[in-house]
Amino acid sequence: MPLDIGVLALQGDFQEHRAVLESLGAAVIEVRLPHQLEGLDGLVIPGGESTTIVKLVHRWGFPDALRRFKEEGGAVWGTCAGMIVMASELLEPDPKPLSLMDIKVSRNWFGRQVDSFETDILVKGVSGGPVHAVFIRAPSVREHGEGVETIATLRDGTPVAVRSGKLMATAFHPELTPDTRIHELFLRLSAGNLPSV
Amino acid sequence: MATSTNGTATSYIERVREPRWLNSEDAEVGSYAVKSGLAQMLKGGVIMDVVNDEQAKIAEDAGAVAVMALERVPADIRSDGGVARMSDPNMIEAILKAVTIPVMAKSRIGHFVEAQVLQALGVDFCDESEVLTPADHEFHSNKWAFKMPFVCGCTNLGEALRRIGEGASMIRTKGEAGTGDVVEAVTHARSVLGEIKRLQHVPEMELMTAAKNMGAPYDLVLEVARTGKLPVVNFAAGGIATPADAALMMQIGVDGVFVGSGIFKSGNPAQRADAIVQATTHFDNPDIIANVSRDLGEAMVGISSNELPESEQLAKRGW
Repeated sequence: MPLDIGVLALQGDFQEHRAVLESLGAAVIEVRLPHQLEGLDGLVIPGGESTTIVKLVHRWGFPDALRRFKEEGGAVWGTCAGMIVMASELLEPDPKPLSLMDIKVSRNWFGRQVDSFETDILVKGVSGGPVHAVFIRAPSVREHGEGVETIATLRDGTPVAVRSGKLMATAFHPELTPDTRIHELFLRLSAGNLPSV
Repeated sequence: MATSTNGTATSYIERVREPRWLNSEDAEVGSYAVKSGLAQMLKGGVIMDVVNDEQAKIAEDAGAVAVMALERVPADIRSDGGVARMSDPNMIEAILKAVTIPVMAKSRIGHFVEAQVLQALGVDFCDESEVLTPADHEFHSNKWAFKMPFVCGCTNLGEALRRIGEGASMIRTKGEAGTGDVVEAVTHARSVLGEIKRLQHVPEMELMTAAKNMGAPYDLVLEVARTGKLPVVNFAAGGIATPADAALMMQIGVDGVFVGSGIFKSGNPAQRADAIVQATTHFDNPDIIANVSRDLGEAMVGISSNELPESEQLAKRGW
């Protein structure tokens, strides 16, 4: 039985996630309304514009449905804007995140688009050497609660990927590179196969 | 991905970016991956023309994925006449400060110094745009020379691939800006997407001639024939004025929409902006499009693009 994975398709690069997940054998649906979360093993909140996605998430009644999805054991992974959506708190006044994960996040931590960059990082739980990571107007985790583990940092120690149980958030975009290892890690989480923290 | 199984068609984009892409020791800024990546983050979204910080806030609150900062919307450029140039840096900076979403701004076609100024201001995306008066009859800017990404207009596949060959990270239809008439955007999108479909069925031995006939780089023609899509994000622009217009373009197969004069030349900009955002997300759900289309007030008055003399057709600018 393939895993049933949803990709939140309100805005952003949801098709890129879909293509990678399908290439790994998952059954993928695009989620635009909350009832589509039923029966899914995992949900990806893609990259995109966080203010737009958060606005649409509220507009279409996702906050309660997503919290329920998480409480009932669904795995959730946010990339970039998705990390902002999942945060418990932002350093900035807007938008209002959904508190799916105990992380305090700052938007556009590295600057404007002209400061966007790519680099290699090591990710805990991912074997086979460094992951090539693309950061686009990326956020960063500034603080996190107990039970949340930092699984990747930049050379200067800035945390850029975190995990807690079946929840994962990355400040970068594995869906934009040919390397599928982070998506494979998320599918393992969705299947309930958790690497120990 | 970098080498294909038949050994011939290494991706043009992959080769161009390869030196920066492989095993970089340190962080790379302004690479092709981060430039085209920002365009990918805009997918499924609406980019709105704004002329001041107040409009920029309205656009951001309505859910725009980016704003286009310019002094006059295309409808006003059309009615005012004269030479249309890059906007005042003060005005662009005020908008950069007012919102947290990406800010785009326009340079004239071939005016690479205007583009340099926009990059120096910290603008997130440059639109090398036919809406402004062209600065060069022959050459478009060399967009590889910038760490700021570019979006360029096109009317057909050959034009799209020439712009991508020059380094554009995103493509949009030209449509006919400032008219509120969607017909040219539809024509250009159908032209690009239809030519891509046709290329997929052209035997490899005929692709060089196809490239010659459309005046496009051969490597890019090969890549499109192989993948069945443009190597960059493709938006619709030029004449989109209603939620149904936006959803029409999405169903035809573009990745997102630009709305220029259509929002702030209408009766109730905030509500119309919101409705167009909802219709772009739920482009395949007519019930939702029906609901958001109610009571939007006056749409922009509009000009039928059939009635424009050739000298006033902005889509004829550039090549």
